[in-house]
Amino acid sequence: MKSPTFAGVMAVAAMSTALLASFGTSSAGAAEYVIDRKGAHAFINFRIKHLGYSWLSGRFDRFTGNFSFDEAAPEKSKVRVEIDVASLNSNHAERDKHLRNKDFLNVEKYPTAIFESTSIAPLADGKAKVTGKLTLKGITKEIAFEAEHVGGGKDPWGGYRDGFTGKVSLPLKDFGIDYNLGPASREVELTLDIEGIRQ
Amino acid sequence: MLKDTLDSYGAVTRWFHWLMALAVFALFGLGLWMVDLTYYDTWYNAAPDLHKSAGMVFLAALVLRLIWRFINPKPVPEVESALERKMATFVHVSFYLLLIALCVSGYLIATAKGQPLNVFGIVRIPAIWTHDGLETPAGMVHRWLAWTTIVLALVHAAAAIKHHLWDGKRTLVRMLRG
Repeated sequence: MKSPTFAGVMAVAAMSTALLASFGTSSAGAAEYVIDRKGAHAFINFRIKHLGYSWLSGRFDRFTGNFSFDEAAPEKSKVRVEIDVASLNSNHAERDKHLRNKDFLNVEKYPTAIFESTSIAPLADGKAKVTGKLTLKGITKEIAFEAEHVGGGKDPWGGYRDGFTGKVSLPLKDFGIDYNLGPASREVELTLDIEGIRQ
Repeated sequence: MLKDTLDSYGAVTRWFHWLMALAVFALFGLGLWMVDLTYYDTWYNAAPDLHKSAGMVFLAALVLRLIWRFINPKPVPEVESALERKMATFVHVSFYLLLIALCVSGYLIATAKGQPLNVFGIVRIPAIWTHDGLETPAGMVHRWLAWTTIVLALVHAAAAIKHHLWDGKRTLVRMLRG
């Protein structure tokens, strides 16, 4: 009965150092993150009901974004995401072609969608209400949704990451999409799963 | 007579010509109509399926027609002026190139994401060239080629009628009766 105590002390000491170190950096204010698009640890998915009988899902393959995050003061966080709308992908070439044309997203005229947060209000359990401006198909609207801090910490390759998830339901009509897909398909659900690498 | 000779078109060539002429206009009309169908139209899915299937059958017929053309003697054009001969040849060659490009661009729209093109539920033509977002430029090319083909078909018909009526040639009879 000698080494366990020693090992225990060492472990506690190491953990404390690590904790102190991480507090040390976060107390310096919100850290800047770039969404890990290169490693594809970020996804912007959408889903919409098909005839009211099932869910159809797809995603945007190309986007960029960054956020600032301060775990101690989440209300100071900010997020901005820019989506290349033409990169939409629902695993069906003809449908994607249709979704890109004037009936839906008119990507030739409106190639980019932008979301920029205006305020972040912390809720319990690592959740927060994110409010911001979404510009889609040339129309800018304020939207609000609940987002959750999934986790964060050091990665095995010398970096530091934090990840979030959020979901919002958008009426198609709000963004100038009037194509009749049926009464069950008037809203699209947009899910944002993002992981940022601290800069 | 099935085969072509130096001064007449055989039955095979004539059937190819008229059936494919009919198919070109039918596919063009079907194509224009189907892109404006809305989600709750009964033909929303069936019309593009029919268009794609018929288009691939058309491509197969076109290949057979070209083979037939090359293993047969080529009837000498009836027009006498060198310029008109050149124009006629240009229009005929353009038709073959346009129609091949039209079929290929249509096929690329359907298979851009790797899905096979299903011909009447019988044959599945696999995707050969898949590329991110390829369906959109392929669609644009398909549309313009289609319009060009129709305009050229009208020019071709007008020229044939002109040679027949004004120039007093057997142009129409050659393609109708051989």
